[in-house]
Parts: sequence; C-alpha cells; structure tokens
Amino acid sequence: MDILSRIPQLLVYGVISGSILSLGGIGVSLIYSIIGFSNFAYGDMMALGAYIALGLFSLFVSWSIPNTPLGPLSFGFGFILAAIFAIGLTAVAVVLIDRILFNRLRNHSSVILMMSSIGVALALRNILQFFWGPQPHYYIERIQIASVIPGLGIRIKPDQVFIILVTIVLVVLVHAFLKYTKMGKAMRATADNNALARVTGINTNRVIVWTWVIGGALAATAGILAGIENKFITPELGWQMLLSIFAAVVLGGIGNPYGAIVGGMVIGITEEVSTAFIPTGYKPAVAFIIMILMLIVKPTGLLGKRR
Amino acid sequence: MDTLIGIINYVVFFAITAGTYGILALGLNIQWGYTGLFNIGIAGFYALGAYAAALVSGPPPSAWDGRIFGGFELPFLAGLLAAAVVCGIVAFLIGIPTLRLRSDYLAIATIGIAETIRLVLKNESWLTNGVWGLQQIPSPFYDPIHGGVKAFLGNHPDLQGWIHGLFSKAYNWFYLFLVLAILFVLYLIVERLVHSPWGRVLKAIREDEDAVAMSGKNTFSFKLQALVLGAMIMGIGGGVYAYYARFISPASFKPLYGTFLVWVMLILGGSGNNRGAILGSFVVWGIWAGTDFLTEYFPFSATQAASLRIIIIGVLLEVILLWRPQGLLQRERKPSKTP
Repeated sequence: MDILSRIPQLLVYGVISGSILSLGGIGVSLIYSIIGFSNFAYGDMMALGAYIALGLFSLFVSWSIPNTPLGPLSFGFGFILAAIFAIGLTAVAVVLIDRILFNRLRNHSSVILMMSSIGVALALRNILQFFWGPQPHYYIERIQIASVIPGLGIRIKPDQVFIILVTIVLVVLVHAFLKYTKMGKAMRATADNNALARVTGINTNRVIVWTWVIGGALAATAGILAGIENKFITPELGWQMLLSIFAAVVLGGIGNPYGAIVGGMVIGITEEVSTAFIPTGYKPAVAFIIMILMLIVKPTGLLGKRR
Repeated sequence: MDTLIGIINYVVFFAITAGTYGILALGLNIQWGYTGLFNIGIAGFYALGAYAAALVSGPPPSAWDGRIFGGFELPFLAGLLAAAVVCGIVAFLIGIPTLRLRSDYLAIATIGIAETIRLVLKNESWLTNGVWGLQQIPSPFYDPIHGGVKAFLGNHPDLQGWIHGLFSKAYNWFYLFLVLAILFVLYLIVERLVHSPWGRVLKAIREDEDAVAMSGKNTFSFKLQALVLGAMIMGIGGGVYAYYARFISPASFKPLYGTFLVWVMLILGGSGNNRGAILGSFVVWGIWAGTDFLTEYFPFSATQAASLRIIIIGVLLEVILLWRPQGLLQRERKPSKTP
C-alpha cells in the first residue's frame, strides 16, 4: 500500500524527467534521420550547453544584470538571458564541430561518424572537466518549496512546471517548423530519401547545418533544464542521461522525432516508477532493459514504420 | 644505476599493461576489424572477465566482506576459462536482438550492457562486494616465484644493491612472459581463424553483408559467432588484468575510457590486421603513459591533467580518422590460403 501510494508522485517526476529526455530524443532522432548516424556526443553537447549557461550566468551576475526570481520560480531575467545565449552559442559550437569534423567524414560509413562522435564526447566532457572540475556547480543555491496539488497529494515545484511548459512549447515549435516551413519540409524530405532530395534541388548541405542548429539548441535546452531540475550540473550530466535518451529514441522508433517524445515519456515515467520497486541506482539499466525488450518485440519501435 | 633499474621495472610494468590491452584489441579486431561489428561496451566485457576470474580463483568471502558467494580458489586457467565463458554468454544474449538490425543498435546495446554491468558490480554486494571490490586474487605461481626470490636475496645480503633492486620485482618478469605468451597464443588462434574459410565469410560480411547473404550464408549466425568470440577474448583480457592487479573494484573499470583506449589502439594500429592491433596497443599505451609524464611539467591539478590526457587521445582519434583511417598497418591484401 505504501508503495502504491507513492506512484502518483513518481508519475509526476517521470513526466518531468521524460520532458528532458524527449527534448534530447528529438535532437538525437533528427540527427540520426537526416545526417545518418547515432551521435554519442549528444549527451556531452547537453552538458556543454549547461556549462555555457553557467559561465554566462556568473558573468551576468558580475555585471549586476538583475536576477530577481520571476514569480514563484527560483530564477529570474538574468538566468533566462544566460540560458537563451547559451542555447545559441551551443548551436554555433555544434555547427563548428560538424564543419571541422563530421562534415569531412560524411563520405565514410556511418560507423566512422559514430566512432568520431565518441571521440568528441570524451573530448567535450573533459574540456568541461578541465575548466570547471568534476565537482557539481549550482545555478542557484536556493531551496524551492514544493507546492501540493490539492486533492491528489502530489508535490511539484514551480521550476518543474516551468520545465514541462518549456518542453511543450519547444515540441510545438519543432513540430510547426518541420511541418510548415520550407526548411522543415526540406529536412523531412532529406530524412526520407537523401538522394531524391538532392535530385529535386534541395541544398542538403544547408539542411545539415540547420539540423545541427536545431539539434544543438535542443541539446543545450535539455542540459539547462536538467541543471534546473537537479539543482546542479557536472561534466557527466549529459553522459548519464545518454543511455536513457537512446532508449527513448529506439523505443519510439529510431529516426522519428515524434516517436522520441513518446519514448522519452515512457522511459522517464518507467525509470521513476521503477524506483518504488528496485534500487535507484538501476535507473539506466531499466531504460536499457525496456529498449532490449522493444528490440525483441518490434525493432522498428512504437511509431516506426520501417527499418 | 638505480634510475636504470627503475626504468627497467617500469618498462616491464608498462609492457604487462600494454600486452593486456593487446588482448582486448585482438578481441575487438575480430568484431570490428574483420566483421565490422561496432562494440563500444569493451569496458563491460573487460570488467566482467576480471570479476569472473576473481570469483573463480579468489578466496571465499571473509568476515569483513559484503559478499556471500564465490571464491572457489580454482587455478589460473580455470579462471580465464570462466571469464571467457561468461563474456561469451553475455555477448550472445546481446547479439540476438541487435545483430539483425543496423549497426547503431549494436552500438547502443553494447554501451547499455557495459553500463548495466557497471551498475551490477557496484550494487550487487552479495556477489561483487560492491564498491569495496574483490581482494587477494591469487597471481599464478606468486608464492614460489616471489617467495623464492625473496628468500634467495634474504640469504645473500652480500649481493650488490642493484641486484636486489632488479630481482625484487622478478615476479613481474614472469607475469610479463605469461601475458605475452597468452597474447601470442591468442594471436595464432585468431590469425588461423581469419585466414580460414570462416574468416573469409567474416571479411565478406564486413565488405558487403547483403552480397554474402545472397550467396546463401547465414550472416546473422556468423556475426553472432564473431561477437561472441571477440567478447570471450576480451574476457580473457579482463582475467589477465585481475590476476596481475590482485585487487579489482568497479573503479578499476572506467566505463568509457577502457573502451575508448582500445578503440584508438585498434584504429591507430590498423583494424583488420592482428599485428596492427597489437602494435597499436603498445603505441597508444606509450602515448597514454607519455602524456602522464608530460602533464607533470605543467601547473595542472591531477584532475586537470587527467582530463587533458583524455582530450589528447580524443584529438588523436579524430586526426587518425581524418587523415589516416587505415591506421599504421593496413589490412592484409593477400588472399587467404585455400586448403
């Protein structure tokens, strides 16, 4: 009974972490379907965004840009400004990495790109560790009191509501971009059939740059939101979530951004609910086992149509 | 003289580690170099092999241990066999759901199994003693060799100091010989296999899997065999490490660094070439150890120096991929011998 009474609360936590996994999953999925490889540096791109935001935020604090908390949130204008700049800078950094490295390896097999992304992953993580050290850094050292939703007895913090809202807004924006803009359509066409897209006159090079911009921006957002949720960031932040993100992507159908949202939510909720039954340390293993089960039952994923 | 002896002892220690990595690189070469399977969970198989060997050969749980299982005090070869078998089984289980799919799935699954293995080693204290690790893993013939040399030196205090310095580490010489012997035997086995008709199928799968499938070969089965065989060799590598280190804990097996170093070794040495794999492990381990000395000259903290070393290896990997993807030694062009 005690375990069951905890489940509604864990469901809410699952939606929060599922939101962050979904954002990461959309990025991984877009890169997979358009550029054609599993980007193992994605987690570390998330951490990069979180650290750029940290650096800018402390800079803004020293410039005395105001950061009085907005309403019930634990942060204010200064932090949001830092986050927006960090998202942009991460997108630029990710495009640079593509130009220096991935773009030159594009005519090799996708496995070579995967391998080089592992090199990028370790290099990025250790660059962060070199400058900031392995210890946790705090965005804002202030404890926020959770509000109780009356009737349900579920506790949720205003920051967590913010995370869910940001995710919803971004998902809608990405959807609108893919569905209605010319570039979005070009991206979907390239994902569907690269050669055909090129024949019809789509500039696939521009498509690739845009994919990295969106992927990088989503990575930074996910990293910053994870920092808000955890209250601290470490260089390992993204790497620790990478397996869950990949599990979400595979579960939803690899290469399908909408599947990544479904997968992210399922993985996030299952991971949190599993803590009622098994030790918290096994969270990544839970994601992994769901992924393996999915591969056995239906390798194309929940929303996937073909291999 | 003392510096010289220090250097000799260091070189022996260096070669033992590089040789152990050579075993891992040989295992990866079967998977990646010959069959094109992308396994990034090497550190998991390495750890699994080490733990299997330690549990088979180590002492039973002591009063201070958290574990209640293992410690059968079986000989060295039994431990290596157990390491190979356990890793083979895990690779088999991972291969079944993933090897029919695109290589990305195997990559994600192997990184997942490595992470799961790490979590199990850390959390299942009844089996692994948790973060405290397994202790007193018996090095083979340690007592006769180390004890014998020690007794001899004790009986001859009149011998010069450098002889004492040199021979006090005599066990490491024996272990180096053992590692190189195992490496050589595995090298011969792998060479034999990849030049057999079986190996030809693997290489054909690497080049064009669909064509092999069309000529009637069950490519899934061949890939599974290559994955299992490579993982078994990696398990042996883990066992070889455990018997030398005598103490292992989850911290001994850094999740990605172990995997990553082995990959750089194989890519730099030349994937698809067994001599390249072994050459690469010595060269990259040399670079890795060299950066350790290098960073001492800079005013970095220990963690900064560690980070810098990994960044250097990361950049090295990208440089090889960009400018010399075939590695130091290229794939052998000669056709395999027909019987």
